[in-house]
Amino acid sequence: MAFFVAVGTLCGICGVLAALLVLADRYLNDYGACTLTINDGRKTLEVPGGSSLLSALNAERIFIPSACGGGGSCGLCKLKVLSGGGPVLATETPHLSDAEVRSGVRLSCQLKVREDMRLEIPEAFFRIREYRARLEAKTPLTHDIVLLRLELLEPGTMAFTPGEYVQLQAPAYARSPTPVYRAYSLAGDPGDEHHIELIVRLVPNGICTTWVFEHLRVGDTVHCNGPHGEFRLTDTDREMLFIAGGSGMAPFRSMLAQMAHTGSQRRCRYFFGAVERRGMFCLDEMREYERVLPAFRFIPALSAPAEGDAWEGETGLITDVVNRHCPDCSNLEGYLCGSPGMIDACVRVLTGNGMPEEQIFYDKFA
Amino acid sequence: MSPVLAAAAPQANPGLPAQLLVILLAAALTDNILLTRFLGMCSFLAISRQMKTSVGLGVAVVFVTTCTAALNYLIHVFITVRLGIEYLEYILFIVVIAAFVQLVEMIVERFLPPLYFALGIFLPLITVNCAILGVSLFMITKEGYGFWQSTVFGLGSGLGWLLAIVLMAGIRSRIREDKIPEGLRGAGITLVITGIIALAFVGFSGMLTF
Repeated sequence: MAFFVAVGTLCGICGVLAALLVLADRYLNDYGACTLTINDGRKTLEVPGGSSLLSALNAERIFIPSACGGGGSCGLCKLKVLSGGGPVLATETPHLSDAEVRSGVRLSCQLKVREDMRLEIPEAFFRIREYRARLEAKTPLTHDIVLLRLELLEPGTMAFTPGEYVQLQAPAYARSPTPVYRAYSLAGDPGDEHHIELIVRLVPNGICTTWVFEHLRVGDTVHCNGPHGEFRLTDTDREMLFIAGGSGMAPFRSMLAQMAHTGSQRRCRYFFGAVERRGMFCLDEMREYERVLPAFRFIPALSAPAEGDAWEGETGLITDVVNRHCPDCSNLEGYLCGSPGMIDACVRVLTGNGMPEEQIFYDKFA
Repeated sequence: MSPVLAAAAPQANPGLPAQLLVILLAAALTDNILLTRFLGMCSFLAISRQMKTSVGLGVAVVFVTTCTAALNYLIHVFITVRLGIEYLEYILFIVVIAAFVQLVEMIVERFLPPLYFALGIFLPLITVNCAILGVSLFMITKEGYGFWQSTVFGLGSGLGWLLAIVLMAGIRSRIREDKIPEGLRGAGITLVITGIIALAFVGFSGMLTF
């Protein structure tokens, strides 16, 4: 009896408090309809107030890039808010420079729509579409990396520049009560408008990657939006250094496909790092590009080859390998894709060897 | 608990206002929750770097300790004691605190936007400040506390916390340029200073015992 009294009281109090919060959310968080005026009246939207600007725009099918899915950690969803934004929040300041704050740049995922707002949204964002696609193939590349090939259904084509990424939606499932979006670089041939390819590495306990590895089956329908991003090749003649590890292969695979199409003569070295042989992939494909592109060299490196790997290529950390091969980087361009730690280490090596920072471009996994 | 209150509470009814004043001063000074019990340290160490944020967090703590002490007192008297389930108070108190903070955040955001933007991130942060739960738990162990005594105890404890973090922010802003040994910078020197201030607060209780 005492047991039931205790449990009942606990549940009762929690229930009452939860109901109170739901009611409060219903009535206090209702800001009525707000008007968003975009780019000096080029577009006006009527949205329900109370949600974040990012999700309000998403609901109106305007897709603002966001790699972290609105958590305020990636800093990609910046927009210029000319009026109606209120003061800058403490959660935004780490991502904004003083100049950005002065010109009204805000993180749209943190900013709540409370009143009418005037915004500036770059034209490129209107090119971003929500796509419905069908998984055509799911090919394991290593023990923890897969290549997804998607056939675009609606709209049926996507024009993108290599280096851009899409946001893949993981639907609600056991690990996540709501759908989440995660960013993946386009890894396929930009010449094939009807398909996109993504390289996904399993992140232990990751919401989206676990879904991709355990639940996503060939033939399933998936949703994604894009293309997003500013990571791309310049049109100078400087020799390029590609540096990547793991699923950082993705943008370079797409860039190389395009270079093969155009018959690029630009000198390029691609340093690709893995820990041991089982983490290495696409070797044959890269050897093929070396054959097609006369000025391209692929330099795979293992940081700690396992016994029995029979590895004849480079060994050592990717930063050391780059350092050995490129003592003078002053007239080279660096393109990096990988984990923040790897990128920071590579930027130190490249700048240390004389590469100006404006010649370094990277795509950090947030 | 400080000797002052042990002595003050059972005295032959010195009048409610006087008693409340003693409770307030005792909770804020002699029994300062941060400096004598070292509760709520992590936000104290992290936030005391700047005066402005310290005041913001301190005010939020004062508000929340006061209100949750009152609420939890009612829960204690009318629910847990009556049903004989005092052992559930840890869970109930923290649930009440969490829900209350959420509710206050929504109300402030809706009706007092300037205050919301000033306190901003601090309101949700203090849900997990152990000083808040500590106040509720100490309060119910005090002899002879009624509703007003408990509320004032919450207010005093919050004010004490505010006082401590503002003191620390003042000191830290003055030693910012000083040459502090590498290994002591940040949390290290802050803890040392906290210890010294705590000693001074022991002086308060020494002063008031006789």
